[in-house]
Amino acid sequence: MTPAHRADEVGTVAPDTVTRVPEPTPRPQLARRRLADREGFLAKLFLLPTVAYIIGLVAFPFVLAIVFSFSDVTTGNPSLDFVGLRQWRTILGSRVFWTAFRNTITFTVISMALIVLIAHVLATVLVKDFKGKWLVRFCVLLPWTTPVALAAVSWLWLLNSIFSPIDWVLRWFGLIEANMYYLGRPVLAMGSVIAVHVWRIVPVATVIIMAGHMAIPGEINDAAEIDGAGFWRKLREITIPLTLPISAVAVLFGAILTFADMTVVFILTRGGPTQATQVLSSWAFFKGIEGGDLAQGAAVALFLFPLLLAAAIAILRAVRRTEVM
Amino acid sequence: MAAPTQIPAEKFAGGRIDVTHQGEVDRIRRQRRRRAIGGRTVLYTIAIVAALYAAGPFIWSAITSFKVDPDLYTKANNPFIYNLPPTLEHWRFLLFDTQFLTFAWNTLWVGFLVVSITLFVGLPAAYALARLEMKWSGPLGIAIFFVYLIPPTLLFIPMTRVVGNFELLNNTWSLVLIYPTITIPVSIWLLTGFLKGIPKDIEEQALVDGYSRLNAFVRVVIPLAFPGIVAVIVFAFTLTAHEFIYALAFLSSTPAKTISIGVPTELIRGDVFFWQSLQAAVVFVALPIALVFNLLLGRFISGFTMGAVKG
Repeated sequence: MTPAHRADEVGTVAPDTVTRVPEPTPRPQLARRRLADREGFLAKLFLLPTVAYIIGLVAFPFVLAIVFSFSDVTTGNPSLDFVGLRQWRTILGSRVFWTAFRNTITFTVISMALIVLIAHVLATVLVKDFKGKWLVRFCVLLPWTTPVALAAVSWLWLLNSIFSPIDWVLRWFGLIEANMYYLGRPVLAMGSVIAVHVWRIVPVATVIIMAGHMAIPGEINDAAEIDGAGFWRKLREITIPLTLPISAVAVLFGAILTFADMTVVFILTRGGPTQATQVLSSWAFFKGIEGGDLAQGAAVALFLFPLLLAAAIAILRAVRRTEVM
Repeated sequence: MAAPTQIPAEKFAGGRIDVTHQGEVDRIRRQRRRRAIGGRTVLYTIAIVAALYAAGPFIWSAITSFKVDPDLYTKANNPFIYNLPPTLEHWRFLLFDTQFLTFAWNTLWVGFLVVSITLFVGLPAAYALARLEMKWSGPLGIAIFFVYLIPPTLLFIPMTRVVGNFELLNNTWSLVLIYPTITIPVSIWLLTGFLKGIPKDIEEQALVDGYSRLNAFVRVVIPLAFPGIVAVIVFAFTLTAHEFIYALAFLSSTPAKTISIGVPTELIRGDVFFWQSLQAAVVFVALPIALVFNLLLGRFISGFTMGAVKG
């Protein structure tokens, strides 16, 4: 511990320069302070439960997933027999895997682009003061605060092949003659899944980006306004550069939520029609839990990890470079 | 390139606009007003469109939950109004003829226990990361954050085995055991931000007054961090109420289910959908959570900015 720290701790009026800090005088209560005051010990004690939880219930299952993927374990035959790379070869040779892989990427990239764009627009609006703001905020938050599975059920009816209210509106305006069968056609089904995801994650991204907008000191905007900068100029030269790091955080959160989610797919399409909306996570579930092939399911799920890790490292680096976090 | 300024030099006095030149002042006033009115219009348009886009499905769910079958299942009927008199039947069915209230109860007490475990484990860890001097606190904080990047989708298959070994399959306690793996990392991240926002001088004063570090943490820091803690409680509870994959993989008997999986699996039987009751369930669950969230929105925002210093 440096003298500066100790000086801080006893509350010495710490001067700016470290060199002039005198050694602190021993405190009278020193005798009472033993374990409860030793920082190193306390820190370890405080972190121990978290570390234990993570090792026991995250790291261990993670290793188990890797072990599973090299074995022939199924729900019917729970013994672990090592089979080398067989499961990985089967998966990589299967057509569905590559479809799911492509779908996962398409789905994530398109959703994220839309989410960031919409969230920025909404954040710009929601940091302003206007009448009825409370109600607008409440409405915008609804998709996020509702359990995904329930929200997806609501959408399932909105996209119903016969009774879809969206179709009703389109028919009423005379835009379509017959129904659209949103979940029955490959491209429309993918579009629907993306639309529901965007709808659901925009609120989270908006809240995070609002944090970024609020962190911009008011003086900067005031100064720019006095200098005659209009909305677009301020957006280009102040808002976008200064909210870049927090946008990265929003992207990271959103990407994990989109990338690793199977709920929307599971409820809306169950991967159909003909695997057109199958993503890696939903396929892992159908194989591993419903099909009972734990080994292959685990292997498919593991494919998510390197992609997530790469995205996370890239984004954390971007954030560090701008040094806001 | 055009000259940077078109306004003749004599209209400026020391860098300011010459206020005696009435035409110039009027022009700027008009421009300002035009910008303000235009800005307002765009603002309200975006706000209304966003509110409708976000809340639309819920408004529609609320309407549908009171519709009688012949009204709902007629293709030509306007889906946004009652073509036939509304009914409470589907709400009654949801609340008394299904296990919905059991699911709601399961969700509540799983949420309560998970939030308690999360705070008990996460709060000290967040304090250690925010305040106590350690060489490895930076890397450890990032490591804990990275745990959040290992989503349930990646772990549910081996996790089913782990839960099976504890003999907890088909038991709601499995969720109590496993959900903290999701909530702890996020909560630590948020709490670290809140704790960094509390001025150091306050606890240092407590230390000078003779409190031990532990005492200062329990008696000074926790009460000060209380607003942040409330936000984390709501956030963690929402995460557990939303969780779908683990619940789907662990639970198959009806009385053990939570709302998140109970509603879609029990109110949809094969091809039979209890549509109005499903929509009633959506409204019933969505509104209260959204209300609480809205009250706490400001706190989440300051939590996400991580350590924004507040006096």
